[in-house]
Amino acid sequence: MELLLAIVVGILYAAGIYMMLRRSLVKLIIGLILLGNGANMLIFLLGRITKGSPPIIPAESKVFLEAYADPIPQALILTAIVISFGLQAFAIVLMKRVYQVVGTDDIDQVNNMEETL
Amino acid sequence: MMDISIVLPVLLPLMVAILLLFFWGKTQSQKWISVLGSMAVLGYNSWLFITVYTGSMLTMQAGNWEAPFGITLVADVFSVTMILLTSIAGVAVSIFSVGSISTARIRFGYFPILHLLLMGLNGAFLTGDIFNLYVWFEIIIIASFVLMTLGGGRAQLASAVNYVIMNLLASVIFLTAIAILYGIAGTLNMADLSIKVALIENRGLVNVTALLFFVGFGIKSAVFPLYFWLPSSYHTPPSAVAAIFGGLLTKVGVYALLRVFTLIFIPDSFLSTLLLAVAALTLVTGAFGALIQSNARKMLSYLIVCHIGFMMAGLAMYTDTALTGAAFYLIHDIIVKTNVFILLGLVFIMYGSFKMPDLGGLYADYPKLALVMALVLFSLVGIPPLSGFWPKLFLFEAAFDTQSYVMIGALIFASFITLVVIAKMWSQIFWKPNPNTLERIKHLPSFMELSWNRRAILISPLLLLTAVSLYIGIGAENIVKLSSQIANDLMDPSGYIEAVLGTKPQTP
Repeated sequence: MELLLAIVVGILYAAGIYMMLRRSLVKLIIGLILLGNGANMLIFLLGRITKGSPPIIPAESKVFLEAYADPIPQALILTAIVISFGLQAFAIVLMKRVYQVVGTDDIDQVNNMEETL
Repeated sequence: MMDISIVLPVLLPLMVAILLLFFWGKTQSQKWISVLGSMAVLGYNSWLFITVYTGSMLTMQAGNWEAPFGITLVADVFSVTMILLTSIAGVAVSIFSVGSISTARIRFGYFPILHLLLMGLNGAFLTGDIFNLYVWFEIIIIASFVLMTLGGGRAQLASAVNYVIMNLLASVIFLTAIAILYGIAGTLNMADLSIKVALIENRGLVNVTALLFFVGFGIKSAVFPLYFWLPSSYHTPPSAVAAIFGGLLTKVGVYALLRVFTLIFIPDSFLSTLLLAVAALTLVTGAFGALIQSNARKMLSYLIVCHIGFMMAGLAMYTDTALTGAAFYLIHDIIVKTNVFILLGLVFIMYGSFKMPDLGGLYADYPKLALVMALVLFSLVGIPPLSGFWPKLFLFEAAFDTQSYVMIGALIFASFITLVVIAKMWSQIFWKPNPNTLERIKHLPSFMELSWNRRAILISPLLLLTAVSLYIGIGAENIVKLSSQIANDLMDPSGYIEAVLGTKPQTP
């Protein structure tokens, strides 16, 4: 399971960086989304995956009797998902607006536009 | 009973922002609330500063969760100094916005977003939890995205693309670094991390994590190979926005670097060599960039990059004196950079351009104001006894102490180029007769035709910040005391750790 997740995280990062190096604005956003998901998976992976043992103390005992899953990574991922959702929504709207105003989705041309203005 | 005095620097701007939302569309009332609100925050932050500076460090555990488990807020001297400076800059920018931001922008929520940005900055300076720092960074960047793009035409949108993308990338890298750090240390509390990271045996992994943090914060604070987004985006938003960006946003990155690399990752020989190289290259390349610009705001954007190098140099040399210099430079830079962008905003209102070939004659037209502006520019260059001089003194001393002669060369070069660039700006904007090339500004009302109180509103932030930077320069003794205390706290984090965790860390 951990090996599989590690490979998935690697692929997500690689794909994200590859997409960010392209010149199209849309691919840039897709790259960022992939990278963000990769980071979330990485938190999940590094929070030590423990299968089927929720961090709940049984009613009859006072302490944990066996290994339990760390709840913090889930809280972190949830926060990160919400934040990146907001930021990505903004970025997509911005890209659409830039495309409408500048008339191209090629980053080089957008930057040239900015140089000449 | 929990002590909430430390949360109020975050809550007050939030309440001001919420109050502003109730006055959506009522521009006149929004202006009043914004200025009075930022003054109230300044008053409170000054009180908190005095309490912490004369008393002791304050900490708060959110929801009374014990230290390494919950979110901790820490107000040590460094943090309260930063929030005090933030609120001084906040008041100045708030007043300047009243006079210079167009009604259309205010109608679309300029002021609430400005106060949310200030809230995010205060939060980032006060938090003692690395993931919480990430959250505050996100609040800062989403607010800054809106300010960056609000009401923008083609140029503003096109340059916002660079800004947005690089900041999003920096956040992802920061998040990745946090993930690995949590994986290897199992905690997020910065004081706890300070103890736990020192005990980790796999130093290679720790260094990789440190580098990820360095890249993440480095993009935000615009250090050498990562700064290209800054000069290509800071010259397009309105002057008030550029002022708060130039004064504060890159400095949050510097603050985070200073915090993380003194508390969690103590630089070993590899890291400190890297930091030294990056600092020297930031100084040199930023200076070269500034040299060839003819647009005054682009030139200043490169100077921001160049001057980040001074603070990085302080961190890289990593002695008491060097960190005193870095802290002093940080204090000076926030005030002066905000002020210089406000100054250029005034120039734009007077002459309608940022391009230096189109400008001129300011000294002949407004001699008294030009003298005040000269003080601002001299502080930026660092002519004694003004504020830019003192931190450089400490940095040079530290560079001689640590025998980093390349760094001395870079520091001298950067200071010299700053002087050249500012001299060029002075002769172009102030002394050269106005070429009258701009047709379109002839039918705009000139600055002297504006109503008396509009002019007072536009000039008062300049005067306020100039007074503060004069105090930093002439009352340097007090600031040195303050910065050396900050440097001491950074060099010896045991006080910080004890205040957060309640126990003294065992010395290995």
